[in-house]
Amino acid sequence: MAIFLTEQSRVIVQGITGSEGRKHGARMIAAGTNVVGGTNPRKAGQSVQLGESGVPVFGTVGDAMAATGADVSVVFVPPAGTKDAVIEAVDAGIGLVIVITEGIPVHDTAAFWAHACARGNATRIVGPNCPGVASPGKSNAGIIPADITTEGRIGLVSKSGTLTYQMMYELRDIGFSTAVGIGGDPIIGTTHIDCLRAFEADPETDAVVMIGEIGGDAEERAAAFIEANMTKPVVAYVAGFTAPEGKTMGHAGAIISGSAGTAQAKKEALEKVGVKVGRTPSGTAGLIRELMQGR
Amino acid sequence: MDLFEHEAKELFAEYGVPVQPGKVAHTAEEARAIAAEFAAAGHPLVVVKAQVKTGGRGKAGGVKLADGPDEAEAKARQILGMDIKGHTVHKVLIAAAYDISEEYYLSFLVDRAGRQFMSICSVQGGVEIEEVAHTNPEAVARIGIDPQAGVDRAKAAEIIAAGRLPGKAVDGAAELAERLWAVFTDEDATLVEVNPLALTTDGRVVALDGKVTLDDNAAFRQEHGRFADPSATDPIEARAKAKHLNYVKLDGAVGIIGNGAGLVMSTLDVVAYAGEEFGCIRPANFLDIGGGASAEVMANGLEIVLSDPSVRAVLVNVFGGITSCDAVADGIVTALGILADRGEPVGLPIVVRLDGNNAAEGRRILTEAAIGVVEQVATMDDAARRAAELASLAATGA
Repeated sequence: MAIFLTEQSRVIVQGITGSEGRKHGARMIAAGTNVVGGTNPRKAGQSVQLGESGVPVFGTVGDAMAATGADVSVVFVPPAGTKDAVIEAVDAGIGLVIVITEGIPVHDTAAFWAHACARGNATRIVGPNCPGVASPGKSNAGIIPADITTEGRIGLVSKSGTLTYQMMYELRDIGFSTAVGIGGDPIIGTTHIDCLRAFEADPETDAVVMIGEIGGDAEERAAAFIEANMTKPVVAYVAGFTAPEGKTMGHAGAIISGSAGTAQAKKEALEKVGVKVGRTPSGTAGLIRELMQGR
Repeated sequence: MDLFEHEAKELFAEYGVPVQPGKVAHTAEEARAIAAEFAAAGHPLVVVKAQVKTGGRGKAGGVKLADGPDEAEAKARQILGMDIKGHTVHKVLIAAAYDISEEYYLSFLVDRAGRQFMSICSVQGGVEIEEVAHTNPEAVARIGIDPQAGVDRAKAAEIIAAGRLPGKAVDGAAELAERLWAVFTDEDATLVEVNPLALTTDGRVVALDGKVTLDDNAAFRQEHGRFADPSATDPIEARAKAKHLNYVKLDGAVGIIGNGAGLVMSTLDVVAYAGEEFGCIRPANFLDIGGGASAEVMANGLEIVLSDPSVRAVLVNVFGGITSCDAVADGIVTALGILADRGEPVGLPIVVRLDGNNAAEGRRILTEAAIGVVEQVATMDDAARRAAELASLAATGA
């Protein structure tokens, strides 16, 4: 099972001929992902060498799906072309689009999200500005390193890439069903709540680690969702207690505006609904370790 | 990037959003000359407004009315150089004072929760909108905007009606809202705010103030560079930006370098917690060297962090995911070599925590380099504690 991504997933890479697309395409294949092709409108009909494998290049997502049965696309195209790439994937009706690209104008993200909504939300969008989705031992779509953890029964959802890796590594002896990096932009396609709901329904997930950071109120809304809907235990971590007001801390969405979006408010909202919140990443890993060992 | 009020208003004017005529003065003499021009045009009453990128200027005494050139010069002299919430006033806007009968509020912004855009409109303006929302929530209307549909005249009228603006202001406000929406979309803004949106005694609707935040991610297709303001940017932040480093200056003593925004934010927190034990030692900066950081990027990062005179110790906290820890270790060795060659050898302690991809090789490289100032610590929590301790020892001269 796992969520969003399984051993059956057939993955294409949009922007497969670029340096990032080639590098991470090869890493995905090495991690056991079924990478069946990629797109570049100017290089349709060619093939690109990813490590040991030659992978076909198609002109469009639609062509790639028709030829390979692809159901997942990972987007590496540069920011100026990302909106059109995502809209193309949505129009082709692919099930899952994972947008790795960083630095996309928020008006473009708003536009492709609105487009996906108008098309009935048949395509799940993860990201943008995210590390992707990894179901260890099954499939890995994005840039999450495959060799830092093992297959297991913890689900992870995080705004931050490196904190995801850190958590997966610290808990590598227990292992993960799926880790989803949802990204730290102001508008994202898949939220903490979407992942919590999927983990709750996934028979291969026993508990969830949720990593948040300053900005917006996604963690507060996740807390309300947990209180109303989650039977599986959730442990959380929030980064940015020392961040000053009005400064963007790396991620475009990581900004405290006035008194809104503080780490303290998020921690309090989560603790109020019974979620244990770790003081440090290691402390958070310790909380989930206790929980899993107590089962 | 946030704009100054006068820049926001220049942008508004380009899009046909009504604003008061005004000019910027950097000295009291310039203020006098501008006020004299207004007086000659039959408009002696002007308002002198501090130009700083923060709210609460009025309460801080940064906005004053002046009748004629003499008063304008005197008021500008008082305001220039003033400190408003940590921002020094380097320039003032001299604008024609209007007779105002009512003040409203209007903005467009990103609705993160709704994953769309939003307008906030209220008949109660001229005060903090959060305050109105708190004391009188029904007076603040929040209207969702579908990015595909945008804001046409009908939608603008819906927004103004929801804000309960009176009939005499409705037409002017709706027209202004439609034009303000064009600023928001065409300029790739994430916020445009008019507070107050004023109704003058002669019945016109005018943007008396303006706040605009532009999306830095859209710089590749916009001419936002014209609003860059070297005087308001911290000099270290400016140099870091020129080297494409993601750096934010803070006020503590432990310089921080890490990879990934979340991990760096977390590192700041862990250092601040550990620093409580050592007399409130705090992080000196945020610096994310990003995924796949090379030796050169690490060298640039170290140089930037060490150029901050308040730094007493440095913590390098790297989790090698895509980044390989041996590259990070090479970067540290290279950077220290470069600085020594320039005759600026590093005397400050550098605590390094490497974990993840190729960590063993990275640790070996650092151990073999045997650099006196570099100290390796195995875990993030212990490394943060050690860096805070070293910073406190340096600060007390122990």
